[in-house]
Amino acid sequence: MKNKTKKKQFDLFKILYKYGTIMVIIAAILFFAIALDNFFNFNNITNIFRSVSIVALIALAITISLTIDGFDLSAATIAGFSSVIAAKFMVVWELGPVPAIIIPLVVGVLIGCINAFLIIKMNIPDMLTTLSMMFLLTGVSITFQQGSAIYNFMPLPNNGGIASGTMHEAFLYLGQGELFGIPVPVIIMLSVATLAHIFLNHTKYGRYLYMIGGNQEAAKLSGISINKYKLIAYMISGLIAAIGGLVLGARLGSGEVDAGGPYLMDAVAASFIGFSIFGIGKPNAFGTLLGALLMGILLNGLVMMNFPYYSQDIVKGFVLIVALSLTYYKQMR
Amino acid sequence: MLKMKSITKTFPGVKALDNVDFEVELGEIHALIGANGAGKSTLMKILAGAYGGYEGDIFIDDNKITMNNPIEAKHNGIVIVYQEVDTALVPHLTVAENIMMDYIVDGKNDVFMNWKYIRKQAKQELDALDLDINVNCLVSDLTLSEKQMVLIGRAVFHKAKYLILDEPTAPLSIEETEKLFEIVRKLKNDGMSVIFISHRLDEVFKICEKITVLKDGKYVGTFATKEMTIDKSVEKMLGRKLENSYPKIKVDINETLLEVKDFSGTGGVNNVNLNVRSGEIVGLAGLVGGGKTELCKLLFGEGNILQGEIKLKGKGFKPKTPADAVQMGLALVPEERRKEGILVNESVETNLTLPTLDKYCKRSFMQKGKIKKASVESIDKVGIKTPSEKQLIANLSGGNQQKVAIGKWFLSDAEVFIFDEPTKGVDVGSKAEIYELIGELVAQGKGIIYASCEFNEILGLTDRVYVMYNGTVVKELISEETTEEELLYYSAGGALNEKQN
Ligand SMILES: Nc1ncnc2c1ncn2[C@@H]1O[C@H](COP(=O)(O)OP(=O)(O)OP(=O)(O)O)[C@@H](O)[C@H]1O
Ligand SMILES: [Mg+2]
Repeated sequence: MKNKTKKKQFDLFKILYKYGTIMVIIAAILFFAIALDNFFNFNNITNIFRSVSIVALIALAITISLTIDGFDLSAATIAGFSSVIAAKFMVVWELGPVPAIIIPLVVGVLIGCINAFLIIKMNIPDMLTTLSMMFLLTGVSITFQQGSAIYNFMPLPNNGGIASGTMHEAFLYLGQGELFGIPVPVIIMLSVATLAHIFLNHTKYGRYLYMIGGNQEAAKLSGISINKYKLIAYMISGLIAAIGGLVLGARLGSGEVDAGGPYLMDAVAASFIGFSIFGIGKPNAFGTLLGALLMGILLNGLVMMNFPYYSQDIVKGFVLIVALSLTYYKQMR
Repeated sequence: MLKMKSITKTFPGVKALDNVDFEVELGEIHALIGANGAGKSTLMKILAGAYGGYEGDIFIDDNKITMNNPIEAKHNGIVIVYQEVDTALVPHLTVAENIMMDYIVDGKNDVFMNWKYIRKQAKQELDALDLDINVNCLVSDLTLSEKQMVLIGRAVFHKAKYLILDEPTAPLSIEETEKLFEIVRKLKNDGMSVIFISHRLDEVFKICEKITVLKDGKYVGTFATKEMTIDKSVEKMLGRKLENSYPKIKVDINETLLEVKDFSGTGGVNNVNLNVRSGEIVGLAGLVGGGKTELCKLLFGEGNILQGEIKLKGKGFKPKTPADAVQMGLALVPEERRKEGILVNESVETNLTLPTLDKYCKRSFMQKGKIKKASVESIDKVGIKTPSEKQLIANLSGGNQQKVAIGKWFLSDAEVFIFDEPTKGVDVGSKAEIYELIGELVAQGKGIIYASCEFNEILGLTDRVYVMYNGTVVKELISEETTEEELLYYSAGGALNEKQN
């Protein structure tokens, strides 16, 4: 009588809840593999991975902020901003690749700090804070690079001639290089995802973030310093977003103001699809990675099938609805 | 020995504690009792370091200590299980993590989570408490009583010297309460002191050696249980004698209001038949898990009705949503107040007038004056202890929150009221007041369904009673002609065993 709810029975819904998203991914792969001859070859698979690496990194940044029940909407813009800084350092100021890599990362962390400060001290809701930050950063990047994009041999303003610096080889390697036949962006993506996974699931700090996100009151009462870990979460989020920006800049070979923007919505989608993987029901790095992959597979497959690009969003929206239904339907019951 | 001396705590508009003394010896079970809002939880929260500021001194073994945050309290061996269990649990983490939360937070472990140890240790704690809960379950999937046990497991793991249980038995079934007491006695024998808060005085007399009484934030006294009786402690708590626990007005019972036939649906509700007449209080007796709550919710349009229908004043209908049910003239006071009954971050006024807001509107615009007037009236009627009608619910004491959850329905025009364990966590004095209000409702010709697992309450209050077991009604009895034993017999499935033999 007491354990009525625990009756062991075949529960179709439970299985769907746990494995539904995985099944959607497998179904998508199977579908494309059968429908397209060259979908399932090494080159194309690397291609998919490479194309999702930036979305995945930005999505991981967002995921970290989601664990504390926050929301870093500025992640994509931080990425764009950091690519602009890197380009400016190398092309205009002719500094080497080392500061061009370090400084954007530092800036990413700093922006995370500012976000956290506004959220904690000013008590502005997370989403509004990071939304404002998004506008602010876009404006700052445009001002900082004086309008146009920054690229090799660009004409300098005020008749300053041609920019003499170039995007450094070592820097471009981050976005275009390969290691043992695997694209470097993919390696970066997988490393960051693995580190994030270990951090969230296997260190106590990761658990603190989940505790804060799950029940701030309980976390506070058991002695976790809420503000400290919120700050840490946004700093990490900023850092990962900046890494994404470096990869982005290196792939494009230039710094462009709006380069990060288009990734935002895909990244948000990927993080939320991640909730539903294995029925975990909360933000997690592994799920986010799979979520980003799903988006990438769909895009790649649809493009190869010559699906009109404007209709691709219909498929994306549909997949997102399915994944979110799986996550939230259970919570209702 | 733990000693609190001249503790004073003031909230905006409320002096919650005024010069309170409190002393607990090592290895005793000590009750802390008082009416709703007397300051019990506040005193215990201070002891647990949940409030930074307080006036007064705290000593452990004659050493003065400060208690500015939860960590300090834990280092001094003080652990609390809060009245609202949900405030202390993280729903989307596993049972193991929740039990081992202190271990994870304390920083004694390395940076990396030792999952194997955490699971093993959590399992051990649960085994020691003789509990059958899977440590890999998410806490959000647990029942209320299981959540409670997880918190006790957490405290035991912590090897607390002083364990504070703030109304732990409110959501528990009889067996679960027994089990809890067993555990508490065992902990006591191991040398732990347990501070026990409860509004069920019979429980207090069952396991406590000493009783400290608070009234309106003031210390009344500490007494040995042996020298006290339930009546005497009630008098000390309320400052007056409670003449009649079940004030009952005789009302004429008239036509049938609500008829439920062959009613089945989600939550295991199975083939229920019942009716409620005008002027009648019908009890729904049953143990925790017997299906009372599920039935109440289903009647109120939460869940899927698979079979049967409801007739209200002869008109058949099947509520699909609570809005349907309200439309038809039903009202439900739900069981889990924090989740279902009230908006915690809204004012008392907003909560009280929410279900009946139409009445205080003119062409859809709210009329502040009317809302205020109605709220003040019902604050007074239900006896809600609050500095003003503008106070946030979150700042009320547990029992007073419950009174708001009940109070808002007394303003409604419903024909049939369904109460699901409405007096959980409410003090004896206020209980009597609530019974009186229910009496007034039936005097106006309304019908009442009153679900409760406290059988003395059912016997004292109701005219007729349906006993539930396993999602169905197994017996109908006349309240005056039955006993607690009989109710217990049927609600434990006695009738079914009888038939089988
Ligand atoms: N955070 C707060 N802000 C303002 N007032 C508060 C706050 N917490 C408690 N109070 C007030 O302090 C008084 C004592 O509350 P407390 O919760 O200690 O009562 P209690 O004895 O535990 O009652 P119950 O039996 O209902 O749980 C109440 O009047 C309550 O409204
Ligand atoms: Mg209390």
